[in-house]
Amino acid sequence: MRRGVKIVAVAASAVMALSAAGCGGKKATTGGGGGGDGKKTLKVGLAYDVGGRGDKSFNDAAYAGLQKVQQELKLDVKDLEAKEGESDNDKIQRLELLAKSGYNPVVAVGFVYATALGKVAPKYPNTKFAIVDDNTIQQPNVTDLLFAEQEGSYLVGAAAAKKSQTGNIGFVGGVQTPLIKKFEAGYVAGAKKINPKIKIQIKYISQPPDFSGFKDPAKGKTIAQGMYDQGADVVYVAAGLSGSGSLEAAASAKKWFIGVDSDQWQTASAAEKPYVLTSMLKRVDTAVFNFVKSVGDGTVQKGDLRFSLKNDGIDYATSNPSALGDMTTTLNDLKQQIISGKITPPEK
Amino acid sequence: MIHRLFARSWTRTLVAAFVALVFSIAITSIVLSISGFNPPSTFQAMFEFGKEPDSIVNTLNKAAGYYLSALAVAVGFRMNLFNIGVDGQYRLAAMLAAAAGGAWSLPPVLHQLVIIIVAVLVGGLWAAVPALLKVTRGVSEVISTIMLNFIATGIIAYLLNPGRLAVQLGPNNIGTKTISRSGRVPGTPFPGTDLKLYSLLVIAILAGIGFWFMINRTRFGFDLRATGLSQSAAVASGVDARRMVVMAMVISGAIAGLIGMPQLLGESYTYSLNFPTGIGLTGIGIALLGRNGPVGIAFASLLWAFLDVSSQILDFNDIPKEIVAITQAAVLLSVVVVYEVVSRVGQRIDQRHVAAQLGEVAA
Repeated sequence: MRRGVKIVAVAASAVMALSAAGCGGKKATTGGGGGGDGKKTLKVGLAYDVGGRGDKSFNDAAYAGLQKVQQELKLDVKDLEAKEGESDNDKIQRLELLAKSGYNPVVAVGFVYATALGKVAPKYPNTKFAIVDDNTIQQPNVTDLLFAEQEGSYLVGAAAAKKSQTGNIGFVGGVQTPLIKKFEAGYVAGAKKINPKIKIQIKYISQPPDFSGFKDPAKGKTIAQGMYDQGADVVYVAAGLSGSGSLEAAASAKKWFIGVDSDQWQTASAAEKPYVLTSMLKRVDTAVFNFVKSVGDGTVQKGDLRFSLKNDGIDYATSNPSALGDMTTTLNDLKQQIISGKITPPEK
Repeated sequence: MIHRLFARSWTRTLVAAFVALVFSIAITSIVLSISGFNPPSTFQAMFEFGKEPDSIVNTLNKAAGYYLSALAVAVGFRMNLFNIGVDGQYRLAAMLAAAAGGAWSLPPVLHQLVIIIVAVLVGGLWAAVPALLKVTRGVSEVISTIMLNFIATGIIAYLLNPGRLAVQLGPNNIGTKTISRSGRVPGTPFPGTDLKLYSLLVIAILAGIGFWFMINRTRFGFDLRATGLSQSAAVASGVDARRMVVMAMVISGAIAGLIGMPQLLGESYTYSLNFPTGIGLTGIGIALLGRNGPVGIAFASLLWAFLDVSSQILDFNDIPKEIVAITQAAVLLSVVVVYEVVSRVGQRIDQRHVAAQLGEVAA
């Protein structure tokens, strides 16, 4: 009988592992309505990275881009989400499902789709595809959306160093991938530019291939908390959904938080807003907006589209002016120097 | 009649599995109805999508990994040894095998063999750590294997860096050096789709046959089952329990080492940031669902893979695909409970039958 109990216990833990993997809390949505008023409906497919819609960061930025297009064009949006740990075949099926069902264009949000897109794009030559954060797939119907995250991170690094009174700031990365290391490198360089002696605490929530660091608010909170406890007074969090936990920690410690990808001051609660110093804006929304619009106009560009400070594809948020104060002068000056090429923030 | 049917253990298993499936469909339907979706049309959509050629290929490919994973877990379960570390074992094995395959250039056949052997060795050795800890220091394998999963993640993260075992595969992706053509296993075409079946599905089938043979037809398998049923009795009859623990763990780890092979040699050719994770943990559930037998596990892994694959269509219909996780969890929990119930009912029928026969004799 004891054996039976043991088995039930193991079964229960397996179920817990399952439910942990399955928690995403995605709400069902109603798709766009059918046409009728003469305007052509553009069917747009969106395939998300792990985390999906509702991360208030990377994936949401892509969706925001579509919402902007929706004001000008009639869209029928279908957005599908990746499962953690899935294989390339799952991604191939997801992209194919969209292309096959007539969604055109299809946007793959995240470099994890690269291999899958390389197999699907040639099969649907009339469908326009875009992929965010990758340019390994060079096909006539693929647009690569690339971002200079290090530039924006440089600016918020400078902002952190300016704001810090303790001379101690922090960086929380979601998953230690080359992509997130770009954020770190820019941030460190920007902070050192303002204060060469500044102390920077650097931590990543998870190590690849464990991608849970992008969707673990509880760990985001603990790590940020630890940094504040150790004397940091500004923490930059590049961790997708996990950042919402870090923001909570900032608000309860009454210290500064710097958001990422989307302007996180906009989505913060009233109690948290005062602690959002700024956000590094990676305008995935702009990129998606431009891309979808260009498909609508028939002016779509293939190949690499690079977004940086120069073309407003990267920026820092000024939605909390009282927190930034007069440092915007310094930041805008640095921004100009990066645009003119006088400063080149490092990528690693 | 009922007695004769129930006398066979496989009918009990079948009945239990069927009842559990019905039960989990019922639970899923309730959840769907509460969330405002129509259960029959949802299941129909899943079934329709699941029988498309693309989905069939994807299901079979996925099932291969799940099957090997569950077999690895089942080897331990058969002797009450809980190898929760299959996940770390297969990831570390796949990563080092991929690195070896990418670094060395060998003639075909030899190249594939070397990669697979590296994977089996790494998996086995990594599993030997908790086994040795258990027999020398008495550390519970449940705890040590779970912790070794995290350590494996750490080692992989350390090694998977440019300058160590990884190269840049794209602006944001890194992985081991891509295995050259001589080390790949071309996929098998499937009618109606461009997706290819992993030819190394064969490994899963062979492993299943080997598992059956080992458990049922060898001295080792007998000792394994004996130890699982009663360790003290097994020890009393001359089984070396410590040796059994080490052997079972190493075999379990070696099978775990195979999990990533169909994927690695048939599709990815590199261990990169998007190599599938978590298969080892899924295997625990599938082994339980399949009652630790090679045939049961085959059906369980196919069911599991089917549910995973067809969950895509739920997302497409704006139904949360986490519904599938509920179905999987429900089927798993109910199969454990239902099997207990069925085997008790079976026992009672047995007893009544025997009593009746005895009564006849007495009369």
